[in-house]
Amino acid sequence: MDYSFLIQQIVFGLTLGCLYGLIAIGYTMVYGVLRLINFAHGDLLMVAAYLVFFGMAIYNLSWPIAFIGAILLTSFMGILIDRGAYRPLRKSPRISALITAIGVSFLLENLGLVIIGGRPKTFPTPPLFEGAQNLAGIQIPNLSIWVFVMTGGLLAAVFLVVNRTKIGMAMRAVSRDMDTVRLMGVDVNRVISFTFALGSALAAAGGIMWCMKYPAIEPFMGVIPGLKAFVAAVLGGIGSITGAALGGILLGLSEVVIVAVWPEWSGYRDATAFTILIFILLTRPTGIMGEELPG
Amino acid sequence: MVTRDRILTFLALCVLASFLWYAERSMGDYSVRILNNIAIFIMLAVSYNLINGVAGQFSLGPNAFLAIGAYTSALLSLSPEEKINTFIIEPLIWPLSVISVSFPVSLIAAGLVSAFFALIIAVPVFRTRGDYLAIVTLGFGEVVQVFANNLVSVTNGPLGLKSLTPYTNLTWSWGLCLLTIFCIVRLVNSSYGRAMKAVREDETAAEAMGINAFRTKTLAFVVSAFFQGIGGGLLAHLITTISPSLFTFMFTFNLLSMIVVGGLGSTTGAVLGAIIITWGGELLRFFEEPISFLGYSYKGIPGMRMVIFSTLLIIVMIFARKGLMGRNEFTWKGLFNLFQRRFGRPPQ
Amino acid sequence: MKPLFRIEQLGVNFGGLSAVAGLDLEIYPGEIVGLIGPNGAGKTTAFNAITGIVKSSTGKVFFNDVEITRFKSSVIAKMGIARTFQNIRLYDDLSVLENVMVAGHCSITYSFLEAVAGLGRFKRDETKIRDRSMELLGLMGLGSLQSEKADSLPYGSQRKLEVARALALNPKLLLLDEPVAGMNPGETADFLTLLQTAKRELKLTIALIEHDMSFVMGVCDKIKVIDHGMPIAWGSPSEIQSDSNVIAAYLGVPIE
Repeated sequence: MDYSFLIQQIVFGLTLGCLYGLIAIGYTMVYGVLRLINFAHGDLLMVAAYLVFFGMAIYNLSWPIAFIGAILLTSFMGILIDRGAYRPLRKSPRISALITAIGVSFLLENLGLVIIGGRPKTFPTPPLFEGAQNLAGIQIPNLSIWVFVMTGGLLAAVFLVVNRTKIGMAMRAVSRDMDTVRLMGVDVNRVISFTFALGSALAAAGGIMWCMKYPAIEPFMGVIPGLKAFVAAVLGGIGSITGAALGGILLGLSEVVIVAVWPEWSGYRDATAFTILIFILLTRPTGIMGEELPG
Repeated sequence: MVTRDRILTFLALCVLASFLWYAERSMGDYSVRILNNIAIFIMLAVSYNLINGVAGQFSLGPNAFLAIGAYTSALLSLSPEEKINTFIIEPLIWPLSVISVSFPVSLIAAGLVSAFFALIIAVPVFRTRGDYLAIVTLGFGEVVQVFANNLVSVTNGPLGLKSLTPYTNLTWSWGLCLLTIFCIVRLVNSSYGRAMKAVREDETAAEAMGINAFRTKTLAFVVSAFFQGIGGGLLAHLITTISPSLFTFMFTFNLLSMIVVGGLGSTTGAVLGAIIITWGGELLRFFEEPISFLGYSYKGIPGMRMVIFSTLLIIVMIFARKGLMGRNEFTWKGLFNLFQRRFGRPPQ
Repeated sequence: MKPLFRIEQLGVNFGGLSAVAGLDLEIYPGEIVGLIGPNGAGKTTAFNAITGIVKSSTGKVFFNDVEITRFKSSVIAKMGIARTFQNIRLYDDLSVLENVMVAGHCSITYSFLEAVAGLGRFKRDETKIRDRSMELLGLMGLGSLQSEKADSLPYGSQRKLEVARALALNPKLLLLDEPVAGMNPGETADFLTLLQTAKRELKLTIALIEHDMSFVMGVCDKIKVIDHGMPIAWGSPSEIQSDSNVIAAYLGVPIE
């Protein structure tokens, strides 16, 4: 067994896993407070990518400004989606919100198609993120190092917010029992908006880093990563942020390692997530870190 | 038993049959194509409504079952010679390479194979969180595409299957469409249909009243997939070429729009929604084609149709969640009352 | 005579909270047993554990000497235990008649294929279920409302509909969770008569949770009192009324 190859694949898998994890956190947080699968979440990747592209290509912004701007704007878009499409349906049956979520997702994708066109554009990766380091004869891409650092930092930030701030506590309370929290005078809508903002920002960050790895941007690029991220969230235990990160990493590693060990199955890579999902539902539906969510 | 309603329904069917006979002979290819499409989509919408509307379980599965049905039907109906001509990269595996059956048999097989896959998915999903049905079916759609692209010795990979015999005509499409409506209506009006509605309304209470929610949901899901498989077979033999990239989420999205606009839970609504969206989709096509008008040139915006439909779906969900029919069904009496209200005299 | 229904040391824990602990109960055929206690005492939780809606943590439940602890709700219902809910859980969008007919689903003999074809057994079973459901609606005084949507009914009628629905299961044991909550004295008296008629005609055994003391004392043969999840008294209505522990539980003040 070629060890340097194996380690490279593991690095690759971990990188992918971190990205899945970042997107998964947004899904799991929204599901935690609303019991809603926000199908439009994956498309936020696409939104962030296009924002950076236009920021840099048309307005000639430097990459730090473009990146941060895109994250903020995507975050805002998340809030907008909740306000416009999901909030009116807070009191309606669940299936209504799910259908609307699908509608929003499809709308975003087709708006992308209409406004920007279907031909893929190339993401302008700044030179800082290209190239690789040579560690003991193994090539480790710079991007991977950045991904690990950023993911670690973002996770730490999310933990601080969720566990040490008042609004974080409110988020956790709402995911237990929204009605009681409302009765205690907490502005639940504000908490929910904040949840969307945070989750969307993470998705945007993940999306930007995703594009530096896979530079082709097109309107439907968020569909499959979004689906996989949700599977990661389920794998880790829906509602649990640690679970989402863990699930993401496991999923990323599985995808890469399976193809590395059995290259003839490389065409089936995308089916790994689905297989894992079915397996989890059959064996431990609450996920690795999960618990039965009330209601 | 001869009742007024039955006579009226029979007469309506005669009118429909005459119209279709006329259409086949005298209307252009384009119109016939649309009529075929409408029939197939009615069939798909009505069966989709069974799982989403009647049983209340949010499935995003139709495009997957459509694909499975289309491929099954195509692989069985092609003759061995045609298969040799089509499978140029890798030959088709045995026994499919030698089997060739008639169109109706291929359709039944398409339905059964789809139903089988639905059963397999139903077990992990319905035994646990039914919430996840949407994601599982969405993922299944992707997986079907992945497999269709990679199992070259079965599906011919990205090249797809060409030169299918265009068996689908107005008789087949409308005949099967009416049969589907008949079967679904019968099922919904039976105790099984009531059980599905009970599970939709309050699953815990339904279980406490002796209903096995797992079996009920699975029945709805499998029956739905059966008819979607047949629809796939019909579609394959209408457009005569199928490939993995054909069965995208857009199908499911359109079907979802149809049943929502028509009224989630109403079979009549599904029929109306299918007609409106299929026809409307054709009308809206002109938004996407370039046209020249009074000296102005309009380039055409591809994708605009779907933007309009998605927006329509969101608006309907927020402001008119019940759609056209709500959960009500068509009755002749209801139709007369509607006319009487519109045209003055008070209803009986 | 053996008890129809028996609970041994039933306990239900949610996380660290003990909702029910050490509950014993025996109900003999034909009895009406009341389960009372201050709010939050764990009565509905006990019902939920018995009927499989919630998992019990300890203890055993026996019905006709068969252990049914932790069986699924639908299985328990088919074995002959039916219930109503504290917060009315009707099928809102279905008609009154359909609500009752749904409970007949577990008694049908036709398969879904026969339903589609409309053959023999289908027509026969459908007529049987419909007739039986109309009978039960008539028994509960709801016959004229059969086509109304369940959520359009006045409150008292909704409670009666829940009972009619439960009766459609042909149960041997009927569990009623606060059946007369929110009813005025007239409605309560009316319900009492209906209940006694039903019990007589359908040979029911009944266990009920209620807060309306005059109702409970008037209709029950025996009463079990629980507080904070634990049993504190058991006996006939007159014994319970003079039990000091019961009085203390309700008033919160121990009496010397």
